Amino acid sequence: MSDREPQSALAAAIDQNKRNERVTRAWLLAPALAIILAISILPLGITVVYSFLTPGTYGGVTWEFSTDSYVQFLFQRDIFDDTLVFNSAYVSIFLRSIGLALGATLGALILGFPTAYFIATKPREQRNIWLFLITLPFWTNLLIRTYAMLLIIRDEGIINIMLMKAGIISSPLTILYTDTAVFIGLIYSFLPFMVLPIYASLEKLDFSLVEAGYDLYANRLKVLFHVIVPLAKPGIVAGCILVFIPGLGAYITPELLGGGKKLMIGNMIAMQFGASRNWPFGSAAALILMALVIVVLLVNALAARRGASNNG
Amino acid sequence: MKTVLRLLATASAVAFASSAAMAAGELNVYNWGNYTSPEMIKKFEEKFDVKVNLDGYDSNEAMLAKVKAGDTGYDIVVPGDYMIKVMIGEGLLEEVKPNEMENFKNVDPNWVDVWWDPGRNYSIPYQWGTTSFTVDTAVYDGDVDTLALLFDPPEVLKGRINMLNDMNDVINAGLRYLGYGRCNGNQDELREVLALLSKAKPHWRTMDYAVIEKLTSKDVDISQSWNGAAMRARAQRPTLKYAYPKEGFTGWMDNVAVLKGAPNLDNAKLFINFMMDPENAGLTSNFARYANGILGSDKFMEPEMLSAPEIVMPASAPAPDFVTPCPQEVVDLYNKIWTQLKQ
Repeated sequence: MSDREPQSALAAAIDQNKRNERVTRAWLLAPALAIILAISILPLGITVVYSFLTPGTYGGVTWEFSTDSYVQFLFQRDIFDDTLVFNSAYVSIFLRSIGLALGATLGALILGFPTAYFIATKPREQRNIWLFLITLPFWTNLLIRTYAMLLIIRDEGIINIMLMKAGIISSPLTILYTDTAVFIGLIYSFLPFMVLPIYASLEKLDFSLVEAGYDLYANRLKVLFHVIVPLAKPGIVAGCILVFIPGLGAYITPELLGGGKKLMIGNMIAMQFGASRNWPFGSAAALILMALVIVVLLVNALAARRGASNNG
Repeated sequence: MKTVLRLLATASAVAFASSAAMAAGELNVYNWGNYTSPEMIKKFEEKFDVKVNLDGYDSNEAMLAKVKAGDTGYDIVVPGDYMIKVMIGEGLLEEVKPNEMENFKNVDPNWVDVWWDPGRNYSIPYQWGTTSFTVDTAVYDGDVDTLALLFDPPEVLKGRINMLNDMNDVINAGLRYLGYGRCNGNQDELREVLALLSKAKPHWRTMDYAVIEKLTSKDVDISQSWNGAAMRARAQRPTLKYAYPKEGFTGWMDNVAVLKGAPNLDNAKLFINFMMDPENAGLTSNFARYANGILGSDKFMEPEMLSAPEIVMPASAPAPDFVTPCPQEVVDLYNKIWTQLKQ
């Protein structure tokens, strides 16, 4: 009886302590949450609101509710009479962007995985130097790097001049201002996003498992696909997402290297705020793009959960 | 390494401090890229002890979008003719009354009662010129004065064409080639324009504003171009020839104006008056390579400017066509054509 009281006092003290801790934590989190609210939720809210308004004559919006922006994405009142017909223009712009982004992701994976593996298998003290080299291009602005790429692949650029001097080709290869140029540019820009997460999972890989694979008479390919890749999968998935998403919305690369003849999503959205003077449609297109990204992330999350429950 | 960094930091701190100490005031100029004479800016800075900050845009629409978004901090903008009219209508420009300023007497009377700013209550001439195209005669030596080179190109020019990434310039050229009127709401005619542009597009290599760079890097051999840009490109690629197509071409004038709510209004007014001085207009022309609409400025212009084929039109050329802003229905149709073309 007598020792119960101090015990409940102790429990109360612990409770109080916990409550204090919770309050402190809330206060410490508040500034970060406020910033997130101000710089991410608020602009998004404005975009949502604008996408349901009517375009102003010379840009801007007039405060009149309309769902035209979303209708316009799939249908158009025929250019010349007023019937609603299916319009493939914006859909094909989206599909092209998705195709280019997927291609760039695949390219970055093919280049990035061996690079990450190479770094992860180096002696520990050398790895930082290699990682440093991977991140080195990030010291320069993306625009400058893309311009440099333009100088390298243009008709009278370094690649063509070297190939012609070597007598391999007689007239310059047309690389610049094609989809190939955009591929090269996207892969170059986003490669580190692929290498770093894959490296992070390979670094933790227990190489005795690889040796075990060999001991069990697996050949190199089998070891790669049945031991290394499954263990590196989280890194590969993260890398693919990190390349695919910015690739989808890329603006500078298609603008500079693509020659401006075909629109990608990013350029199409930018155009709505410039020459087309249709801010609501630009907002709607940006939201549709975001919805696409969210779908990709959801699919990934679902797949990850299923994988986890299967293993469990 | 550390000492180097510290040295660098000190040096930049000193540089900042000294530049801040020099400037009594500031002026923020928002002009087209690669279009402002550094010499002229330096002269203005020294004369009035004002620090000029320069920023650039590549289309009237990009400038309008940024200004409309508000709080740009810019004082001076240099919109094209139709954009002046739009911006006056939208209440974006300050009525600074250049026509009451000391140097207004130098403005060529032909450029005073213009449709975009009658009597010049808001703006003054900056540069004026034409938009046509320029061809490398070493690559193609036939008659250049026809828009067929852009829309129905000879074999040697296929895949070697740059068009301006500008809805109005491309569609207007198409309308002229087919012999139809500008700001055209006629749907049958526009259908034909879309067909013409779609058929020509595979022959175009790029659609880009960076005309000079595209031509001098030999990425293309023919490019839609402003006359001054064509002249600057010719300086590095002497076989280029600026065309005066018989189907017609666009004339335009860019104008210096002050934004409503300009933070440095007094300096902006000084700048407007300064730009009407023949010597300063001449400096601008020497850099940008266009005519300027200020009387007496030719005395300060380089002699080659006064005889350049890009500036002095041949007698046989049609008169330049100054295109007025189109009504919204027409802009909507143009937008649809443009999106179809670039899908």
